[in-house]
Amino acid sequence: MSELNSNIPKGPLADKWQTHKNSIRLVNPANKRNIDVIVVGTGLAGASAAASLGEMGYNVKAFCFQDSPRRAHSIAAQGGINAAKNYRNDGDSVYRLFYDTIKGGDYRSREANVHRLAEVSVNIIDQCVAQGVPFAREYGGLLDNRSFGGVQVSRTFYAKGQTGQQLLLGAYSALSRQVAAGQVKLYSRHEMMNLVMVDGKARGIIARNLVTGEIERHSAHAVLLCTGGYGNVFYLSTNAMGSNVTATWKAHKKGAFFGNPCFTQIHPTCIPVSGDYQSKLTLMSESLRNDGRIWVPKAKDDKRKPVDIPEEERDYYLERRYPAFGNLVPRDVASRAAKERCDAGYGVGQSKMAVYLDYASAIERYGKAEANKQGLPNVDTATILKLGKQVVAAKYGNLFEMYEKITGDNPYETPMRIYPAVHYTMGGLWVDYNLMSNLDGLFVLGEANFSDHGANRLGASALMQGLADGYFVVPYTLGNYLADDIRTGPISTDAPEFEQAEKEVTDTMDRLMSINGDKTVDYFHKALGKIMWDKCGMARSEQGLKEAISEIKALREAFWSEVRVPGDKNEFNPELEKACRVADFLELGELMCYDALNRNESCGGHFREEYQTEEGEALRDDENYTYVAAWEYKESGEPALHKEVLEFENVKPTTRSYK
Amino acid sequence: MSQNTMNLKLKIWRQKRASTPGKMVDYTLNGVNPEMSFLEMMDVLNQQLIEGGEEPVAFDHDCREGICGMCSMFINGRAHGPMTGTTTCQLHMRHFNDGDTITIEPWRSAAFPVIKDLSVDRSSFDRIIQAGGYVSVNTGAAPDANALPIPKENADAAFDAATCIGCGACVATCKNASAMLFVSAKVSQLALLPQGAPERQERALRMVEQMDKEGFGNCTNTGACEVECPKGISIENIARMNREFLKASLVKKKKKAGMAAS
Repeated sequence: MSELNSNIPKGPLADKWQTHKNSIRLVNPANKRNIDVIVVGTGLAGASAAASLGEMGYNVKAFCFQDSPRRAHSIAAQGGINAAKNYRNDGDSVYRLFYDTIKGGDYRSREANVHRLAEVSVNIIDQCVAQGVPFAREYGGLLDNRSFGGVQVSRTFYAKGQTGQQLLLGAYSALSRQVAAGQVKLYSRHEMMNLVMVDGKARGIIARNLVTGEIERHSAHAVLLCTGGYGNVFYLSTNAMGSNVTATWKAHKKGAFFGNPCFTQIHPTCIPVSGDYQSKLTLMSESLRNDGRIWVPKAKDDKRKPVDIPEEERDYYLERRYPAFGNLVPRDVASRAAKERCDAGYGVGQSKMAVYLDYASAIERYGKAEANKQGLPNVDTATILKLGKQVVAAKYGNLFEMYEKITGDNPYETPMRIYPAVHYTMGGLWVDYNLMSNLDGLFVLGEANFSDHGANRLGASALMQGLADGYFVVPYTLGNYLADDIRTGPISTDAPEFEQAEKEVTDTMDRLMSINGDKTVDYFHKALGKIMWDKCGMARSEQGLKEAISEIKALREAFWSEVRVPGDKNEFNPELEKACRVADFLELGELMCYDALNRNESCGGHFREEYQTEEGEALRDDENYTYVAAWEYKESGEPALHKEVLEFENVKPTTRSYK
Repeated sequence: MSQNTMNLKLKIWRQKRASTPGKMVDYTLNGVNPEMSFLEMMDVLNQQLIEGGEEPVAFDHDCREGICGMCSMFINGRAHGPMTGTTTCQLHMRHFNDGDTITIEPWRSAAFPVIKDLSVDRSSFDRIIQAGGYVSVNTGAAPDANALPIPKENADAAFDAATCIGCGACVATCKNASAMLFVSAKVSQLALLPQGAPERQERALRMVEQMDKEGFGNCTNTGACEVECPKGISIENIARMNREFLKASLVKKKKKAGMAAS
């Protein structure tokens, strides 16, 4: 088997995508009418793919577990979307966006994919503006930009702190237009429960109608999984409550390789945990690090209010350790630095597991600038602060409000308390350059695949990747694959493979419903989350990972003998939905630990305590680990490792420095 | 943590499915931490119900950050509860007192049928957007983003309308179960931007027609929707939609009359 052929086109990096587009096969409009495509998930990747494929003439079926495609978790992305437009004239270019992303990913992503992402980034902004996405603008009517972590240019387009919402609603409107046109059939409140493989090709899915509980068979010539990340394996994360791994995990169990599952992004600026009842964590956008300063007191156990601690007794540790990038170091670096300070005993707040994100100096700076702009001579401090708060409110108002609602503190008056939390998963199903997994006809887009962010994703790049895959990559590469299917005709759902896949689903549900134990699904999910956070979270060690693997195995056994799922399977049953998802997380968690254990190096978000420099920075091992770990599922025993060696022909991997 | 916890009485709408009648059921919940969100309080209740062998309360929720629009409870007679500009998931228990009785109902509207307990079917909103809530531009057909400068004022006004999360609080709170705030937010966003101009008349007509077809009531200017909207969408949008609709209707009549005359 040559499963791990990445199919990267030959030729110079900058020409690969264009050359590939020029040479791949097409499906003519008449034939597109005879081809069915299933798209699972309606976030940025899924909605943009379904809309674009519908426009092209394919018959699309789009599935989402939420009550409407507009609720997909892309909606919650706050800060922005990168594009190499160079509208600031600050030296940005496609190459620089490519380079920043490769470096930010700690040299564990594929050059060709990342370069393509940077190339199409400019088209995304054009497309979104044409759809009526109301990006932030300047007084001259042109688009505004801001900066994000890990870069030294301003290339991030935004719509206040609601960029994901506006982009998703744009894609949702394009999708809705195709639904009205009859090109896309929408299946809301439907969850994919299994993948159907016929003659070695992905030919359909088994879905559950979440309202009636009915199990349905859907066939197609290709299946696109756009189902997001699996951060909820940690129980507490910034993901939505429903975000899950089931679709990709079922595909994995049918043979799709899982790439770099341990690469998890821990986001540095989240609202800290406040109690055991906590159900999720809330992100405070990275854009806040544009203007906010992060610090802890220089003295341990300083009980003073933050505003009472004088400037010289504060440790602005990011500015101290990383003077070149300061508060805008990449996420993995910022998260580890916060953990280091808190572990050393300098943390703040009741739990001592938090640091301050302070806006006082930004408010003063903006206030002075605004006073100058308005031509106000000799203004008093109160006026300056008032003006400054207005400017900050215009930029980040909704984020500040959200913080106040959750914590009860007013961030205009006192620094916010923040701590790192699980946010994004760089790992995902392995795909080749065409975004096809090692299973023919199974394509994977957006966060659900592993491809573009290496070991650490830079801010404002997730929205870019989701839309790049859906609008500008898969519409080309899918045609190349489907060109063989123009004579296939409709795929029958009566095939034994459909029956078998359906039976697997009903058997699993029957088993879950029949256990009738004494513990809730959440009990197991929380227990899994604790193991993952403690032993496969921000810091990992060989011993911890080995412990985690046996603990997860034991927990999984307990789940299958002690869980209680109330209600009936033939009805709307949110507890049953949760149980099915947690059952898959209980398997995924173990794979993540195997992957983390295998990777004897530290890179990006993967930090192995055994592999660090004297200063506590990540220590990569390029000689032995410059590869994608693609794992094959095994019914029994350990998963099997396949390697895709990463070749760096254009960028020379160096030690990542932000000092 | 040494915070004071609260004991609450909950009156919750329980309904097995759309076709069966529902009723209010009383529950007692003790030891509620004021730092919990309202939905976390519901989680705690559900854990207790499951452990006690009862069926948990079904309710819709997802992002729990106030942006997806999925959560939808009518709390003490108000959509999303007592705080303004707040979705249920962002409502925290510190705004309630020990010993309070809290009434929790689903959105009530003929166009939002109950699925189970507190979950309702809001697919009517999707169908209204499908009727015209978009700019007809295919992927790949866009000019450079800065080729079309848009005055900041218009862009900001369009953004304000575009922040609608489609939760349906406006419908739930309106005595006529009108969806005018929701529909007008989308009509306004696209009417305020040059990209939306070519289709603005057709859009207003089709979205309003679909809204009527779904069984939503009309607007009688009580303004309750604006008060309860968690995103503060202004009823100015309704006025703008009415103008758009009127203009479009007149033009359509003229066109028809012109065709009849020729």
